[in-house]
Amino acid sequence: MKVALFIPCYIDALYPKVGIATLELLERLGVEVDYPLNQTCCGQPLGNEGDQKNAAAAERLFVDNFKGYDYIVGPAGSCVKHVRHHLDAIEQTTDVQSVRKNTYELVEFLHDILKLRDFSNVTFSHRVAVHNSCSSIRGLQLASCSEVMGPRWNKTEALLERVKGLELVHIDRPDECCGFGGTFAVTDEAVSAKMGLDKVRDYERHGIEYVVSPDMSCLMHQEGVSKMQQMPIQFVHIAQVLNQGPF
Amino acid sequence: MSTTKVKVAENAAKFIQQDDIHEKLHDQNLWNVRMRRDTVASAIPEWEELRTLASRIKEHTLTHLDEYVLQFADNAEKRGIKVHWASTAEDHNRIVYEILASHQVKRLVKSKSMLQEECHMAPYLEKRGITLTETDLGERIQQLSGQDPSHIVMPAIHQTKEDIAKLFAEKIGTDPNKVDANYLTEAMRNNARPKFLEAEATMTGANFAIAETGSFVVCTNEGNADLGAAIAPLHIASIGIEKMVPKVEDMGVFIRLLSRSAVGTAATQYTSHFSGPRKGTEMHIILTDHGRSHRLGLEDFWSSLKCIRCGACMNTCPVYRRSGGLSYGATYSGPIGIILDPSYDEDKYSELPFHSSLCGSCTEVCPVRIDIAEQIVKWRKVMSAKKKLPVGLRLAFGVTGTVFKYPWVFRTAEAAGKWALKFAPDALIYNKTLNAWGRQRKLPEFADQTFRDWYLKNRNKEPKA
Repeated sequence: MKVALFIPCYIDALYPKVGIATLELLERLGVEVDYPLNQTCCGQPLGNEGDQKNAAAAERLFVDNFKGYDYIVGPAGSCVKHVRHHLDAIEQTTDVQSVRKNTYELVEFLHDILKLRDFSNVTFSHRVAVHNSCSSIRGLQLASCSEVMGPRWNKTEALLERVKGLELVHIDRPDECCGFGGTFAVTDEAVSAKMGLDKVRDYERHGIEYVVSPDMSCLMHQEGVSKMQQMPIQFVHIAQVLNQGPF
Repeated sequence: MSTTKVKVAENAAKFIQQDDIHEKLHDQNLWNVRMRRDTVASAIPEWEELRTLASRIKEHTLTHLDEYVLQFADNAEKRGIKVHWASTAEDHNRIVYEILASHQVKRLVKSKSMLQEECHMAPYLEKRGITLTETDLGERIQQLSGQDPSHIVMPAIHQTKEDIAKLFAEKIGTDPNKVDANYLTEAMRNNARPKFLEAEATMTGANFAIAETGSFVVCTNEGNADLGAAIAPLHIASIGIEKMVPKVEDMGVFIRLLSRSAVGTAATQYTSHFSGPRKGTEMHIILTDHGRSHRLGLEDFWSSLKCIRCGACMNTCPVYRRSGGLSYGATYSGPIGIILDPSYDEDKYSELPFHSSLCGSCTEVCPVRIDIAEQIVKWRKVMSAKKKLPVGLRLAFGVTGTVFKYPWVFRTAEAAGKWALKFAPDALIYNKTLNAWGRQRKLPEFADQTFRDWYLKNRNKEPKA
């Protein structure tokens, strides 16, 4: 199995520990991982805003870096969702199509490809709320969404369920958007910040100690709001929990 | 109509910042409606199949719209209904006025119709000496407030009971200190009833127009449409051409979806099939296009015509709930407004598609499966291609595009960003006017080394690039 590690730009610069945790976790699980050194960004921030012209260059580079791998694994739901569903600013060659098909978000890769459930060798003794991003839920079906009637599932929680000492708590509005939304966080500052505030207050009401997520971008926003309110809530990536650090 | 660009983000900020009451209540009330919708929807095992069926019936009808509209008009005429055709909002309003004038109508009662709102019919008629009374409570509140409806189904949902007590005290003489909902509703009911008896004409909209029978269906909770139609000697209904469904039996799908999606009840209190004028009275319908055939020709956006105006996308939208409907400056607000409004005016509504966190909840609640979130992204592409992006965004994306194109530029930018954050004083980072991130959120810290640097040191000693 030829696996490439996709570390999105903001994780590279702001959350290298999440990249390290992801790499170490995959290696411990026996996966051989390459890290293509010329990667930058998948183009999502541009594509989301409708700027296809500027997104094209980033997308082309992404495919150049990741073609030829069986799986491309990234610890970021929204970036993976962009690659899979919206990387369409460039011509859809065979390479582009297979890169899009083979790109997996970390939880998906662990849950669906490696078919892992049992992380009982891990200890994390805290009151935890899971935050699956909107991209992870409605784009990657990492969890069922509350709007759609039918069977319920949550792959992120499935991985955490057997972690020792971990107490999973459901907040009032578990799959309500936290208001990050990429550039929306800045262009629509008032609404974005209010959504974030409502989200962290929901955690606070439920006495959450740790928010665990497959998406650091939402957490960057939530943590920013929470710190401004001087709340003691911690925000970590699921790779950090399953790898027992680094925090 | 003004063509000034609607500054939706600024308007929403004002809605949030006005006090600690309005936005909070608005969010909670609409969230409660969304929860009720989930409860009643989950009680129907075939809910998702119903959504698919509804979507397919609408898609079929819209792709054969010419046939169904003509069939409907034919059958309606056979029932003694007078059918009029309006291509534009102006046509619609002129036809209404001509009918009213030819019947010497001075006093008109009407129930809610979004199409009449689209056409800005009320001010048109009032200017011509017609006294028009909205009879549905929410619409009446909005009429007395001098505001547009802020929600498709709950037009005054952005107002509190206290707001309404104050308004009614001013306009209909209620006790300003009594904010009890029953008292206020009863007072308005007593105020409105005589107007029904005086009116020489009534107007309604229609939720569905059934091609095979030529009858139309009006779904309400207050029954004002029925009361108006039962008393006045003249009934005019405004019907958008997209309201067609082929058969009566299709109602079995749509009626089950409509009220459950809209307000979380099994059905509206009144579901009335109007099938012709009462003896000695007249019934007119105005089949109106007003931009619909134009939209039907837009490859990316035609399916928005499937909309049955339930408002579920508004109730679920976390951005709409924090913004209030009036912020969108248009007849339609919330997610459905974002994809409908620009098809009327791309300049005026160019910023609407950016007023979304793209969470996708709207797509998943829509009872007729309109891919609303996808269409929001497509409208962003339209605005971007036509250079209608807000200037700040356009510049930022140009720079970002270059940064991500070249790995070395990206590395340099990372280093520069880190340096800037490290040495910039907090006063600059959290400057209230300069930094939209830092006003209400702490900034993340740039790490001492990037993941890539760590990797080069710990895994890969000889970098290829």
